[in-house]
Amino acid sequence: MNPKDLKYSKDHDWARVEGNVVTLGITDHAQESLGDVVFVEIPAVGATVTAGQSYGTVESVKAVSDIVAAVSGKVIAVNEAIIDAPDTLNQDPYGAGWLVRVEATDQSAMDAMMNAEEYDAYLAAEGDH
Amino acid sequence: MKGLEPLIFEYSAPGRSGVSLPPLDVPTSDSATLIPSGMLRTTEPELPEAAEVDVVRHFTRLSTFNHGLDTGFYPLGSCTMKYNPKVNEMLARLPGFANVHPYQPEELTQGTLQLMGELQADLGEITGMDAFTLQPAAGAHGEMTGILIIKAYHAFRKDAKRRKVIVPDSAHGTNPATAAMAGFEIVQVPSNARGGVDIEQLRKVATDEVAAFMLTNPNTLGLFDENIKEIADIIHGVGGLLYYDGANANAILGIARPGDMGFDVVHLNLHKTFSTPHGGGGPGSGPVGVKDFLAPFLPKPVVVRKPEGSYTLDHDRPLSIGKVRAFYTNFSVVVRAYAYIRSLGGEGLKQASENAVLNANYLMAVLKAHYHLPFDRVCMHEFVITPKNLKSYGVHTLDIAKRLLDYGYHPPTIYFPLIVEEAMMIEPTETESVETLDQFAETLIKIAEEVRTDAELVKSAPHTTLITRLDEVGAARKPDLRWRKG
Repeated sequence: MNPKDLKYSKDHDWARVEGNVVTLGITDHAQESLGDVVFVEIPAVGATVTAGQSYGTVESVKAVSDIVAAVSGKVIAVNEAIIDAPDTLNQDPYGAGWLVRVEATDQSAMDAMMNAEEYDAYLAAEGDH
Repeated sequence: MKGLEPLIFEYSAPGRSGVSLPPLDVPTSDSATLIPSGMLRTTEPELPEAAEVDVVRHFTRLSTFNHGLDTGFYPLGSCTMKYNPKVNEMLARLPGFANVHPYQPEELTQGTLQLMGELQADLGEITGMDAFTLQPAAGAHGEMTGILIIKAYHAFRKDAKRRKVIVPDSAHGTNPATAAMAGFEIVQVPSNARGGVDIEQLRKVATDEVAAFMLTNPNTLGLFDENIKEIADIIHGVGGLLYYDGANANAILGIARPGDMGFDVVHLNLHKTFSTPHGGGGPGSGPVGVKDFLAPFLPKPVVVRKPEGSYTLDHDRPLSIGKVRAFYTNFSVVVRAYAYIRSLGGEGLKQASENAVLNANYLMAVLKAHYHLPFDRVCMHEFVITPKNLKSYGVHTLDIAKRLLDYGYHPPTIYFPLIVEEAMMIEPTETESVETLDQFAETLIKIAEEVRTDAELVKSAPHTTLITRLDEVGAARKPDLRWRKG
């Protein structure tokens, strides 16, 4: 189930807001579509990310996929464990599979993101192709 | 492979060799006096030492494990795995072509230069472009060359604000990769419900910062974008150039020309459209064609015909982006493409494209009752289906591709284009008979039935191949890349 406390993008990225700190990751649907993740590339602490722009990549045996930032800001923490154990993304995309924490300077792009209910509906509709 | 055939290293025995060399009859120098000590290796390279007969048997056995066009059907979408006529091979091996040396003086290489010049002209006529270079050694190399030409053109006009290259979301991955490597920012434009470029979205991103729009037409869904004229007008309207990725040119020979559609730069893959070998058997070749106003930027030297009729390599090209390859081209590949074009002729090439489109539509029509067809309209040379209708059985595209191996087929391209979930991209090409197409369709229909009755059989395929299901995750996470002495 897609957690109710997260925001979702059409690119299947999620964001959790706690004040001005925003945690980013990819959705369960994203990991399911990608299949077994074999490599995760995320920026280092201190790097800046821009809303709507790629901040890293997730590679599976099928494809390499960009991960898109929900907010602009500075990276204050990265999930180091996932670099050594990328399969965590498959097992727990909303928990241990988080990717980076960003100190947001601009959260305005999040207004266009979906809540869990809207995202579920989006997934159901997207299946048409 | 372990157990099937030893590695060549495992055939090695100390001191064994394929030939006995005669004693050296020239003076020798100590390598330490010739090579700086920091660059001189101190340990033995451990090259395999094997007899000729063992080497021949080893590689002959390995070759029988392979699947190629000469052994079976190969519907690998976007790759145009058509049969390569053997006459091409015969002509490429003519001693005059096979033994020519790039340092021979021009008066002794007129035949090779003429062939290159005539092939450039033929490709120009086929695509509607004014000038061609045969230098690029692969499709992606051609893309890089084409984008560098566009970059040089904007730089020459001192138009420094053009930092962006637009690509559709259905593009080959090489398109954004090429543009990024050339230093551009990538802007992605989505596809519309018919699988073409979303014109309204294109208008939004078409600004005076756009250097080029890279488009494959027909696109990776095998669909022809009927809005191409409008797309060209939008891009040209903001001063950008239109780049044609020729990966799918096999659908349009003698029917439509990128030059007439408004494209400014084109690359072709001789190893796809013009029946030269692919991949390991290649090498590839990715000639680039341009409109007149871009010709000064082509890589140099350029093969030109002098007024009195002889051919020469023109190095005096001050605006050229330079050389993109050692010497001039993958010449033996060029001979094969020339042979193909001349043996088919204009009518033959057109018929090849018509049959490629007919074969794809035939297969699509048969298969759409058994698999999900996301874009149900007349296709060009290839089409995309998915096993979405079989999703509830827990079977993925990968499983169906693996099961096809059991029936002796090379699988289609899978998981591409990215905009279709679980895509299977099928390109039969014009060189397959209706019987081959029917057998392939029957096999895919049979596999769909297997999914319903015995999904596990499909999910654990292949069963009858020399190598069964590979541990792709293990191979990616813990690759074992090097043989070590046991």
